[in-house]
Amino acid sequence: MIPADACRHPSRRHALLGALGLGITVEFLGARAWADSERASAGKKLVVIVCRGGLDGLSLSPPVGDPAYATLRGPIALAPFGQPGGALKLDGAFGLHPAMAVTHGLAMKGEARIAPAVATPDRERSHFEAQDVLESGASVVYGTSSGWLNRALEAMGPEGKVKALSMGATAPLILRGKIEAASWSPGAAAETDHRLPGILHDLYAGDPLLGPALASGLATRDMAKIATADAATLAAPEMSGPASSPAEGPAVSGGAPYKAAPRQAPALARNLGATLAGFMTQPGGAQVAAVVIDGFDTHANQGAAQGQLALRLTYVDAFLDGLSTGLNGAWRDTVVVMATEFGRTARVNGTGGTDHGTASTALLLGGALKKGGIVGDWPTLAEAKLFENRDTAPTMDMRGLFKGVLQGHLGIDRARLDTTVFPGSARVAPAVGVV
Amino acid sequence: MAVDKDIRASIAVTRFGLGARPGEIAAARGDPEAYLTAQIRPEGADRPAGATATSGERINEYVAYRKARAMEKHLGVGKTDDGRMANRALRLEAGGDFFARVQLAARTDAGFRERWTLFWANHFTVSAKKLATVTLVGPFEEEAIRPRVFGRFEDLLVASSSHPAMLTYLDQARSIGPGSITARTKDRGGRRAGLNENLAREIMELHTVGVDAGYSQDDVTEFARAMTGWSFAGRGDSADSGRGFLFREEAHEPGARTIMGRRYAGAGQAQARAVMKDLAASPHTARHIAVKIARHFVADDPPPTLVARLEQAYLRTGGRLDAVANALIASPEAWEPAARKFKTPYEFMVSSWRAANVAPTDLQSIAAVMTAMGQKPFSAPSPKGWPEEAQVWCAPDAVVKRMTWSEAFATQVTGDRDPVQLAQVALGARLTPLVAKTIARAETRQEGLSILLMSPEFQRR
Repeated sequence: MIPADACRHPSRRHALLGALGLGITVEFLGARAWADSERASAGKKLVVIVCRGGLDGLSLSPPVGDPAYATLRGPIALAPFGQPGGALKLDGAFGLHPAMAVTHGLAMKGEARIAPAVATPDRERSHFEAQDVLESGASVVYGTSSGWLNRALEAMGPEGKVKALSMGATAPLILRGKIEAASWSPGAAAETDHRLPGILHDLYAGDPLLGPALASGLATRDMAKIATADAATLAAPEMSGPASSPAEGPAVSGGAPYKAAPRQAPALARNLGATLAGFMTQPGGAQVAAVVIDGFDTHANQGAAQGQLALRLTYVDAFLDGLSTGLNGAWRDTVVVMATEFGRTARVNGTGGTDHGTASTALLLGGALKKGGIVGDWPTLAEAKLFENRDTAPTMDMRGLFKGVLQGHLGIDRARLDTTVFPGSARVAPAVGVV
Repeated sequence: MAVDKDIRASIAVTRFGLGARPGEIAAARGDPEAYLTAQIRPEGADRPAGATATSGERINEYVAYRKARAMEKHLGVGKTDDGRMANRALRLEAGGDFFARVQLAARTDAGFRERWTLFWANHFTVSAKKLATVTLVGPFEEEAIRPRVFGRFEDLLVASSSHPAMLTYLDQARSIGPGSITARTKDRGGRRAGLNENLAREIMELHTVGVDAGYSQDDVTEFARAMTGWSFAGRGDSADSGRGFLFREEAHEPGARTIMGRRYAGAGQAQARAVMKDLAASPHTARHIAVKIARHFVADDPPPTLVARLEQAYLRTGGRLDAVANALIASPEAWEPAARKFKTPYEFMVSSWRAANVAPTDLQSIAAVMTAMGQKPFSAPSPKGWPEEAQVWCAPDAVVKRMTWSEAFATQVTGDRDPVQLAQVALGARLTPLVAKTIARAETRQEGLSILLMSPEFQRR
């Protein structure tokens, strides 16, 4: 967490944090034992975006070429390629939602792909069970209280070797666990009494919760000053106001998704993406990050080319724009995986929305991706192929997708993936040809 | 024994209650249990002062707002200043409701009663994340929750499930039986009218039996069919209707339903009502509620013996919540000296005001801070409500924000008060010598109060 130059010019706070054992001191521990995975993963960056609420895969990547699509979807179906408000073409069958223009541009360069029918092992259609399984990486609900991304960090090196960060005011399950991960959310970082952090550090000496949290939070706050300054230089032309956006940021969980005016919201989302990039590119910055975006539970009036869901996807696209642009040269070493707890019903429901379903689309982005078509098989939307005559049928276990990324991109070996990162998942093979 | 009584008094006020105002721990010391049981009363929770509008009035305002918006669209004038003002006014009203609740929490002498109430408001979450529900969260708590928190669980369930706020939040109001008269006669602009299973699912999963009760997708769908017609007088209805609960017979799916192995022949509104009665009486519900209460009051991972006591009280009394509250107070596990609950931002701020014996003076400053700490007012992230786990709230960024707020707060309120004395009054026997010593050594009084608020024992309850 400590910028490299800060080690040479230690301020009082940096000395304090060094004493806490974060950053510099642990890098000497067990460095040799982890040399292999270190070589494989050096400089690689991974961002996992969790879309909470059940993102409708059939709208994110509409299979407009599937013969059953338009009928099942009725008023919320997206128009075919080339028509006004139509899907943006990926291949003969699939497009992207028209709100995902930046992502579509990346896809045209081979830097974005879809996995259109992935699902967690959970089949209960409960948000909370499915979110738990998605983020914990367990094969059953509430199987573990730590997150798979945290255990992946553990597999990559001794404590603190690989830096991780979550965006949002609260800590998501996916990054909870043994490795202390930083967290950051927008908000004015007022200067505090210079004595208080030191006093609290002593007071928290025996506190397993507050001690590490405060140390990590202070270190991140220092980095944020650099990261938000970087983001300001990347801010979109229509951006106004300070770079450290107000707490009503549009995209990050814990913010207020419907508060920002629609015109302003994409700019804020783009700025958040750029800020995250700033965190990840500075010396000693996070190599792995988790972002939670909520507001996808579209039971009513979800809309098609425009509407509620389109607005959310506009935020997502703007966030990805800010992130990919902000990472700049580091984009080529980056993979972004975006997934949701479940998809939604194939048929539109009685209130212009969709209810809880099963498989959905996962999105893969990054300069480190291998070029290729869709990841996994498409089961089609033919009536007989729908899962329980209702949902897109899963053809790929989401853990397999994550494993493929962790193995190919971060060099985590199969045995660890099968046992500790995704416990009891030996029969779920890593997706091949992704990274 | 005296020591035991001192620690029990501080637990009664800080763990069961909302934190100690000056003199409260001393008041509880005579009989800490009786201090709590005296707060249980048939008429339910206190009502926040100043929150006067009913849900009906709020719905009327919202209907007017939507009509004005539709007119703007029709005229193609875009959003006018009037429209923007109206939108802002709706949000300000919600802010007023929240502020009234905060004032009550900061001042009440019945902290346990209010904590118990907040627990139920969170159990039956309606979040302000939809514009249509923004102004209804306050009236929902006032009308559906507060009067019934010490009555029968079944009554609370029915009140929640039939309130316009819940019917809107979980999309029930417009769910239509595919075989109903409405579906057969009304062609909604080419759109098929039909079911929306959102509320039915969350009643089963979150409000009653819980996700492990062994029900299937078919049970959810059947319950959603039974619920069709549960609606309220909204935009399409006359303003004279009172805007209250309305059963739309013509939208109700005809026929008997089978849910979790039981057949419900009854027609109309009574059908879903009968399902709710059985759900409330289910042992799964007793268990689910018991676990949640124990988790909220005692520990994220609560002692099974405590859960069993609460469960028994629920089953023995047919789900009487006053009996469950009494059982909680009578449970030795709830009085374990080690504080295991990490305060949420709301709890942290409320207990800070109480410790300093002040009440907040404006909403704007607290709303921004609560949002920054991860708990935007009235805006729980999902129908599951605010999480309980310490790990969620003790994120690094949030702890720094608590520290920053503590300092600003201490600067405002300390004055010439002695922080050591404030600490003794706020924590009683829970104040450790280390924290007392650290506060005594503070450079300024303000720093002393900041240390108290950020101390491990004040951050927990």
